[in-house]
Amino acid sequence: MTTLLSAESSLTIAGVTLECVQRGQGRPVLLLHGAGGPRPSAPFMDMLAQRVRLIAPTHPGFGNSPLPDWFDNVDDLAYLYLDLLDRLDLHDVILMGFSMGGWTAAEIAIKCTHRLSKLILVDAVGCKFKDRETREIPDIWALHPSEVNKLTYFDPETFAPKLDQMTDEQLQMVARNREAAAMYLWEPYMHSPKLLRRLHRINIPTLLVWGAHDGLATPEYGRSYCAAIPGARMEIIEKAGHTPQNEQPEAFVATVMRFIEGK
Amino acid sequence: MRAWYFSENAYPYLPDASTYESIRVNLPNKYFDPKVGAELYHRYFDEWQYADDVGLDLMVNEHHQTATNLNPSAAVVTAVLARITKKARLLILGNPIANRRDPVRVAEEMSMIDNYSHGRLECGFVRGVPYETSSSNTTAVRMVERFWEAHDLILKAWTSHDGPFSWEGRFFHHRQVNIWPRPFQQPHPPVWITTMTPSQILRVADRNYVTATFLTGYDQTKRIFDTYRARRQELGAPMSDDRLAYAALLFVGDTDEAGYAGARKLMWYLTGNKVPPQFRNPPGYASHETVAKLLKGASTAFDRSSPLETCIEQGIVFGGNPDTVYEQLRRHHEAVGGYGNLLIMGQAGFLEHDDTMRSIELFAKEVYPRLKDLRPSSEPATASR
Repeated sequence: MTTLLSAESSLTIAGVTLECVQRGQGRPVLLLHGAGGPRPSAPFMDMLAQRVRLIAPTHPGFGNSPLPDWFDNVDDLAYLYLDLLDRLDLHDVILMGFSMGGWTAAEIAIKCTHRLSKLILVDAVGCKFKDRETREIPDIWALHPSEVNKLTYFDPETFAPKLDQMTDEQLQMVARNREAAAMYLWEPYMHSPKLLRRLHRINIPTLLVWGAHDGLATPEYGRSYCAAIPGARMEIIEKAGHTPQNEQPEAFVATVMRFIEGK
Repeated sequence: MRAWYFSENAYPYLPDASTYESIRVNLPNKYFDPKVGAELYHRYFDEWQYADDVGLDLMVNEHHQTATNLNPSAAVVTAVLARITKKARLLILGNPIANRRDPVRVAEEMSMIDNYSHGRLECGFVRGVPYETSSSNTTAVRMVERFWEAHDLILKAWTSHDGPFSWEGRFFHHRQVNIWPRPFQQPHPPVWITTMTPSQILRVADRNYVTATFLTGYDQTKRIFDTYRARRQELGAPMSDDRLAYAALLFVGDTDEAGYAGARKLMWYLTGNKVPPQFRNPPGYASHETVAKLLKGASTAFDRSSPLETCIEQGIVFGGNPDTVYEQLRRHHEAVGGYGNLLIMGQAGFLEHDDTMRSIELFAKEVYPRLKDLRPSSEPATASR
């Protein structure tokens, strides 16, 4: 896929070109999107951009970010974003990741936190807590799409993507995002077998934000994650599933801003 | 024209389709009764043996976690055929090498069969149907690259005879590759690769491999074959119709009525293929353009529920009395520019043993001899051949 990225909306880090939204002023927040792809026009993005400086790259393979042929896992993403922090010479960064972006954020934080001040994991995946015959995250590629929607959203009627209303171009972007998600998440399924053993290395204040009705990474899964990170705490967003930032943007933004501002 | 007989060895004795979500991937195997299944295996071997007796070549394929096909290992089936048949070429079409974790093992198995059969193996490699990314747990992302790396490794394993070589690839690692036995045929068994769209065909044509296409009817088959021929011409390389194969459902009856009735039974293969979207359209399998269409609800190539008359018109089923079937085949052969191999799915679903045997017999006696007179492709790719 060829992509055309304007200079102001893209960055090239160590040979990897990224679509990247930069909006707002103040504390830098590096925001890593989930497997559904970037949502630059989502209401929560507007709300956050009024309060902080948002830096929201699109992972290679998603959206308009090209996919280098050597790129294939979440560890590649983690090193890429460590390079991005260096390149932009950012300090005191709030690192916030959603779902697989949360996994990526955790992989960054176990490696190096010297440019980070706080970590926010939102309905993150990436860890495995139970035995080999207990799949903690439902296999989204073996379930009917309508079932996946029920697990993902508190209110699928309102929030599930409306494929029947999309243009061909939008549907092709959905296809591209699905493919990229599968590349990063297929096997081991949505986790790194090593991550749980490394979470103890996270040495910055960490907040986990979870949708009360997340059927993919359940609140129970979130509590296990929280328990593995020293000093971390967890906030539940009511009436929200896997994407509380979309289903309850006000409550979500209020929750993360309290943590960012240290209240 | 060479004719190859195959059956997918289905297990059709299932509860009503409304009671299960999918015939593939997640249909519980409690519905497989070993007493019934074991007999089915032996029956299907009898049919292959009979096809060998009457002068047909044989084809075997494999599918996984499905009642549509009881052969999750084409190698195992073909190993048996290598021992119980005498004349037929034995085509595996094929090994789903993008889904196999160990290509060296595939090279070994194929070499064993080639030796068992004294060099009768024709070795196909297939990308595999979309449903099987689930059963193999292999992602469809970069599947084509993985396929070709596996191919390259297998070819090198077959053709290296001076001790181990090392392979540290993108997808496969083997530091000491040194297979025993090596293939019976030298330098290696003929290679076949299936293609369903013209875009996949260049690398196949470059290597002069046989390409086979399944149920692609008239227009798509012609596009694929034309692309193959054009590529050979572009390379200034010789072209022969024996590089091209077409697979379809085929039933010959004593009368048209009997032929149509048998063909309708074969169509269980199409109508019985109940598969939900998550297995039909795994991420990374199809192009973004195709996925966009599928997300809008378009059907896939293997998702047909048309009546027999339409399927005959489309060239995906051939059925009738011997004259009728010959005429259908002649028309298709001519329309797509000719091909040298006809892959016959001659048994499917509830088509019983006696009907299957009669159709094989009628095809071999009444139709096959006439196919040899089919005029060659009307558009030879090069003047040199």
